[in-house]
Amino acid sequence: MSGYMMTWMAVIATGVGCYLLKFAGLAAPRRMLDHPWISRFAMTVPVALLAALIAVQSAADGQAIDLDPARLGGVAAALAALLLRAPFLVVIAVAAATAGVLRALGIG
Amino acid sequence: MSAPVRDGLGVGLAVGVSGIAFGTAAVTAGLSVGQSVVLSLVAFTGASQFALVGVVAGGGNVLAGAVGALLLGGRNTLYGLRLADVLGWRGGSRALAAHGVIDETTAVTLAQSGRRDARTAFAVTFGTLYVLWNATTLIGAVAVGHIGDPNALGLDAVGPAIFLALLWPRLKEGRSTLAVALLGAAIALGLTPLLPPGVPVMLAAVAALIGVTRPAGPPAPAAGDEDGDGADGTGGAAPTSGSGVRA
Repeated sequence: MSGYMMTWMAVIATGVGCYLLKFAGLAAPRRMLDHPWISRFAMTVPVALLAALIAVQSAADGQAIDLDPARLGGVAAALAALLLRAPFLVVIAVAAATAGVLRALGIG
Repeated sequence: MSAPVRDGLGVGLAVGVSGIAFGTAAVTAGLSVGQSVVLSLVAFTGASQFALVGVVAGGGNVLAGAVGALLLGGRNTLYGLRLADVLGWRGGSRALAAHGVIDETTAVTLAQSGRRDARTAFAVTFGTLYVLWNATTLIGAVAVGHIGDPNALGLDAVGPAIFLALLWPRLKEGRSTLAVALLGAAIALGLTPLLPPGVPVMLAAVAALIGVTRPAGPPAPAAGDEDGDGADGTGGAAPTSGSGVRA
């Protein structure tokens, strides 16, 4: 089989598989969640995953820890905006502007 | 504009444009434009898509790459477990909504209180992001080499800032939630040099195991309540402290 066809197979398998994985969670038998431990795990697991995502997106590039000052500065500015109770879109704009300005100044 | 619509549009627009980065990476790795676009349409989950493309770029076995991508797709299964009660959709709506169960939609949905807002937030985020992610994948794939570095605009700080802002109300909930978040972040960063990208985030799920055995926080939503009339469905994800009053 050609590499091109193999890649198509991988693309289709990944696509269909990813959908089925999403559906499996959303349509899991509710009885499974009757157990309080599983229910509590399901309640909390998005916090763990999203926090991990924040950390990796802020401080890693591929498999390397990458402490880019402009990017970290942007995330730190977002944190400051949140502490000041800024609305969501302001927080995002502050993050982008801070990182962009720091980078334009040659930092990071 | 209501808060769920505003949040959903904001996240959809801000994150949706990163399809350009995916389209560019996919074609650079050796996928055709058609393959890049179909992958975004059918898989629609960035981490898995980048994982497959990374294996193709590295000249690895593409079917093994698909297995790796599916491993990463498992985190959407965990999101689905949580969102099932929050959204309470069944049948065709649920089958359609399933395609939208990803990081961004989960974060926006769980930041709302009440089922109505949660459903609106989910639908708006999913719709905006789906259209934009696929359109920009095509643009990135076709325009490889003609687009400057989006990071110059500070867009690399937007991703983590979005998730931080969306997770914020839950981080203020109490010490046990904050502990789960910090442990999850530490696990992911600690494993980053050791494992392929994406896997450390998946493994951070074990951080959610702390505290499962002790009754902490608000009671779990009525899981046996098939129709799910019940509760506000979003658990402790009230947007502002004090408004999350639950029975």
